[in-house]
Amino acid sequence: MALITCHDTAFGYEGHPVVSHLNFSLNTGDYLCVMGENGAGKSTLIKGILRLIKPMAGTLETGDGLLPSEIGYLPQQTAAQKDFPAGVEEVVYSGFLNRRGLRPFYSRAEKQTAATLMEQLGISHLKKSCYRELSGGQQQRVLLARALCATSKLLLLDEPVSGLDPVATQELYRLIGDINHTTGITIIMVSHDVRSAVEHASHILHLKNAQQFYGTAHDYVATNLGQTFLGGHADV
Amino acid sequence: MFDVLVEMFSYPFLVRAVIVGALVSLCAALLGNSLVLKRYSMIGDGLSHVGFGALAVATAFGWAPLAVSIPLVVLAAFLLLRLSDNSKIKGDAAIAMISTGSLAVGVIVLSLTTGMTTDVCNYLFGSILAMNKTDVYMSMVLSIVVIVIFLLFYHKIFAVTFDETFARATGVKAGGYNMLLAFLTAITIVLGMRMMGAMLISSLIIFPALTAMRLCKTYRSVILCSVVVSLICFFIGVVVSYLYAMPTGASVVMVNILAFGIFAAIAAVKGKVKKPA
Repeated sequence: MALITCHDTAFGYEGHPVVSHLNFSLNTGDYLCVMGENGAGKSTLIKGILRLIKPMAGTLETGDGLLPSEIGYLPQQTAAQKDFPAGVEEVVYSGFLNRRGLRPFYSRAEKQTAATLMEQLGISHLKKSCYRELSGGQQQRVLLARALCATSKLLLLDEPVSGLDPVATQELYRLIGDINHTTGITIIMVSHDVRSAVEHASHILHLKNAQQFYGTAHDYVATNLGQTFLGGHADV
Repeated sequence: MFDVLVEMFSYPFLVRAVIVGALVSLCAALLGNSLVLKRYSMIGDGLSHVGFGALAVATAFGWAPLAVSIPLVVLAAFLLLRLSDNSKIKGDAAIAMISTGSLAVGVIVLSLTTGMTTDVCNYLFGSILAMNKTDVYMSMVLSIVVIVIFLLFYHKIFAVTFDETFARATGVKAGGYNMLLAFLTAITIVLGMRMMGAMLISSLIIFPALTAMRLCKTYRSVILCSVVVSLICFFIGVVVSYLYAMPTGASVVMVNILAFGIFAAIAAVKGKVKKPA
């Protein structure tokens, strides 16, 4: 059974659909890139999958025993976080909160998991640092570690590379690809970067307030849509 | 110096005031960090004005001040949070409306009943004589409740403060924790209001947090530092007000401003000046 299935689904705010006619299904271990121009409904779809907003039409089903609390999420950064005094460890540990119920403190096993994840993402030397003093790429890796603390099944990333320099961008794509290959975590990423998306993802979903394309990355390249975007006319 | 302290603590009313003040400073510092970081600083200010209105009404009808003002201020806190979430009236405008509204109600009720006496001045700017024994016990119990709840939910409060979207997405009931924060803030404000004054109480919430943030880099160290700063500033403020016969609330605020200045200067010297939060 598929991990996520949309049947003619629509999402929006205050009665106005932002994105509609979604029909796709995603299997465990897939790596989906959601493409589209600004305002195409990419972030709205992510909020829908996270169940922060309800479908206005159609259905969104989850399979393979996926619970809402088992989704890891890497949101777009907010302005408030830029001057927030938080230690790297504190931020990473907060990923465990959804599993802890009312237990007030973190367990040794959780701290060990977090340490392993920070090691894998190459940020263990930063664990005593202040989050707001890190570079953009380092901050994203800290938030990625937090998201991975929250999930072992599905990772949602909302424009994780925006604002990063080319080196940090490639590094983050490599890390996300590695996570997908080695652990089999399903990945849904919103991105503007068509070239990297086609290179790393297994599937592409192209939105323009409705579904324009859904299929494998290989098929996407062959379509007119894919060619237009890869041709450099859009925001590549 | 020691003689002054002994002399001060020979007055029972001063001992009561110092106990309540210290507990309130502690609670205010704990909550203040989250409020400042969540951009909710003005809620503290708004609630203190609601507290003034409630106190005035309670005095006019001869009701117990805490029993009337705590439920009213808690109600106002929830209302303010609702309005902040709802986009029809923006949060800051809603706070201005509610705070000036309750100030007006309070002033009218007072002038119709007791008249504009020194009582009004005491409500607005605080009086160290305001605490009787019942108040002290009630303040102690409520402060301990605030501290215990804060410690139990410390990690969740951090998560909701740092990144509400992520917290919501992973199944934390962020709305509930915002309510909890507003609820605890309301209680703290009512407890501290009569000593610090309706006009000055919100400084206890805002200053220690901002002072600690000049120098501390992790959430835990900011919390600990702000608590220590808050307590020290309160004690110095009380002693200064006793020595020079100055209003207590205003003295505590002045010491807090000084502490903020010192911390900011140290941060500047370290070459790490940050934008004010």
